[in-house]
Amino acid sequence: MSVSTVEALAEQKYKYGFTTEIAMEEFPRGLSEEIVRLISARKGEPDWMLEWRLKAYALWRKMEEPDWARIKHPPIDYDDLYYYAAPAAPAPKSLDEVDPELLKTYEKLGIPLNERAALAGVAVDAVFDSVSVATTFRETLSKAGVIFCPISEAVREHPELVRQYLGTVVPAADNFFAALNSAVFSDGSFVYIPKGVRCPMELSTYFRINARNTGQFERTLIIADDEATVSYLEGCTAPMRDENQLHAAVVELVALEGAKIKYSTVQNWYPGDEQGRGGIYNFVTKRGACRGRNSKISWTQVETGSAITWKYPSCILQGEGSVGEFYSVALTNNFQQADTGTKMIHLGRNTTSTIISKGISAGHSNNTYRGLVKIMAGAQGARNFTQCDSLLIGDQCGAHTVPYIESRNASAKVEHEATTSKIAEDQLFYCRSRGLSQEDAVGLIVNGFCKDVLKELPMEFAVEAQKLLSVSLEGSVG
Amino acid sequence: MLEIKNLHARIGEKEILKGVNLSIPDGQIHAIMGPNGAGKSTLSYVLSGRDGYEVTEGEVLYNGANILEMAPEDRAIAGIFLAFQYPVELPGVGNANFLRTALNAIRRKRGQEELDAVAFLKLARAVVKSLHMKEDFLKRNVNVGFSGGEKKRNEMLQMTLLQPGLAILDETDSGLDIDALKIVADGVNALRSEKFSALVITHYQRLLDHIIPDMVHVLAGGRIVRSGSAALALELEEHGYAGLEAA
Ligand SMILES: Nc1ncnc2c1ncn2[C@@H]1O[C@H](COP(=O)(O)OP(=O)(O)O)[C@@H](O)[C@H]1O
Ligand SMILES: [Mg+2]
Repeated sequence: MSVSTVEALAEQKYKYGFTTEIAMEEFPRGLSEEIVRLISARKGEPDWMLEWRLKAYALWRKMEEPDWARIKHPPIDYDDLYYYAAPAAPAPKSLDEVDPELLKTYEKLGIPLNERAALAGVAVDAVFDSVSVATTFRETLSKAGVIFCPISEAVREHPELVRQYLGTVVPAADNFFAALNSAVFSDGSFVYIPKGVRCPMELSTYFRINARNTGQFERTLIIADDEATVSYLEGCTAPMRDENQLHAAVVELVALEGAKIKYSTVQNWYPGDEQGRGGIYNFVTKRGACRGRNSKISWTQVETGSAITWKYPSCILQGEGSVGEFYSVALTNNFQQADTGTKMIHLGRNTTSTIISKGISAGHSNNTYRGLVKIMAGAQGARNFTQCDSLLIGDQCGAHTVPYIESRNASAKVEHEATTSKIAEDQLFYCRSRGLSQEDAVGLIVNGFCKDVLKELPMEFAVEAQKLLSVSLEGSVG
Repeated sequence: MLEIKNLHARIGEKEILKGVNLSIPDGQIHAIMGPNGAGKSTLSYVLSGRDGYEVTEGEVLYNGANILEMAPEDRAIAGIFLAFQYPVELPGVGNANFLRTALNAIRRKRGQEELDAVAFLKLARAVVKSLHMKEDFLKRNVNVGFSGGEKKRNEMLQMTLLQPGLAILDETDSGLDIDALKIVADGVNALRSEKFSALVITHYQRLLDHIIPDMVHVLAGGRIVRSGSAALALELEEHGYAGLEAA
């Protein structure tokens, strides 16, 4: 086989594995107070922000990596990483000024940043390594009063909002990776939807890791004021490299009275190769606070990438009658490891939560659902429904379900259902006898298994996600 | 033209087919009858390429090509269709989506144009109607929660859409009332042409009142033990299979 056919095959499996050649600015390796100060200075941050970071850094120094997840990896040498990498050219002021190499990169990823070519009704913030390189449709959005910008810009331009909310849902001390992120986060998206506004477009952030040996630490903060509504989607990819790369993001959502936030993720970081070499270590803290009455936060995630996924998008249901939802597909193949799930913390009266988790394991992978449903004493009439299904492909992989339920209110109703199944030989044969290839048959069956989750994704992305599931399973059967 | 020559097949260590010989010329419909456990379903699976059925001797030619080396999907593309005795459920997979994916996979491989969603639905709705099924049939998940009769009609829907050159019906009539039976028969008869042949596996003469076979064969103990005209089915109905296995 020629080199180009091998490359073509690899591309097919993970078609986002290319690298972009562009002049980069990188800070020296390793993490110190000095690096934290450098990052803050590079972003032109006010003093309060620097102090906030330094406090987080001090906390992190004293913390240990969590060890309770069902994942294994060689120790991460935090002193060997780069914590900041950004295109060297000065930040573009408008889309016209964005480096054509970057525009090409996003074009190749299927995310045209040119507003005319863009997906109808979707505004994009494009984050490349440590910085946001472009945000589209800002004018259209600002007419509606919506703020959608890089968080580094929000720190400078909307300090009152950032100070009021940053770290209130995920405090720096929450966990090791949240503390690390709080100290060194470089960019990410900021969204504010004013009172009564239904955001006129889908908002999305596209994260791209490009630089070698660089950690990506983005931070996203979304605030939906009273009666506001927003749907937000994030996508992520990275080049194929033999070494592992760290990604430790924090996402905070705040929903005030009657507000609704729908947050969807299609996570397709490089998963590593068939031998388990390389791939992203994805340690992410995502949490939403339903602070207002009748507010709603809905997480939908399709996790197919990363060598390791450690991620538990959660809801704190504080407002009376507030609603939390978690719809998840986690697919692991080859040597991938996923330990993912959610926490639903019921504080307010008549709060409800729904958890639908679909885990698919193939190859030598390990896939764990870990969930906590906690009903506090004051959550009179709280309800939860959890459905956890695992699908196994082959007999070398593992599926695990770890549901915790804690109820301190006798009026609460908590239901939990779980199933584990295999793709049956008769299902495959049935499909194949109708002309479908083995791989198409697996794709069809897996997509059927995930349907209850995929239907929660915005239309434009559901189709992409379906294809992604099929592609990620290539070579897993037969 | 289907030619089965001295076909031996086993499941694990157990030999099930012990030298089956059978030819079905184009345009003909042959029926296979025989006691439970005779190997009728095994024959249908061997013809369509299911894993786990090992052919130890003999050959099967379809339009001159040896199909035994072909993957199940390639046999489907070549025109072989099996209506399952027990159709399989596919949770979460919409019937329309399944049918269109299958139809387009086959059309693509046969060098025909794929059908878009609109063209497909138009076609599928017409077939659904001709099979006296409700339109929501296309929206439901493949065979999930279908009654026995609905599952069999779904097989007929697939067969009609995929336009096979050789259809194998494995006890498609079992468990059907007389109305549903006629619908199945109409489905098969509608496909009758110079280019279509069928192998109809059944226990009951009554199906053969509606699908008149060119020949009837009796499979017993892994071999064809008797062959004859349509009248043979009537005889079997009267006297049963007693004594045939030993033959
Ligand atoms: N998966 C299997 N494993 C072992 N034996 C089987 C299997 N399937 C069928 N058999 C056996 O093969 C023989 C033929 O079965 P089958 O082809 O289903 O008969 P028929 O369809 O004529 O009733 C029977 O003895 C049956 O028990
Ligand atoms: Mg049978």
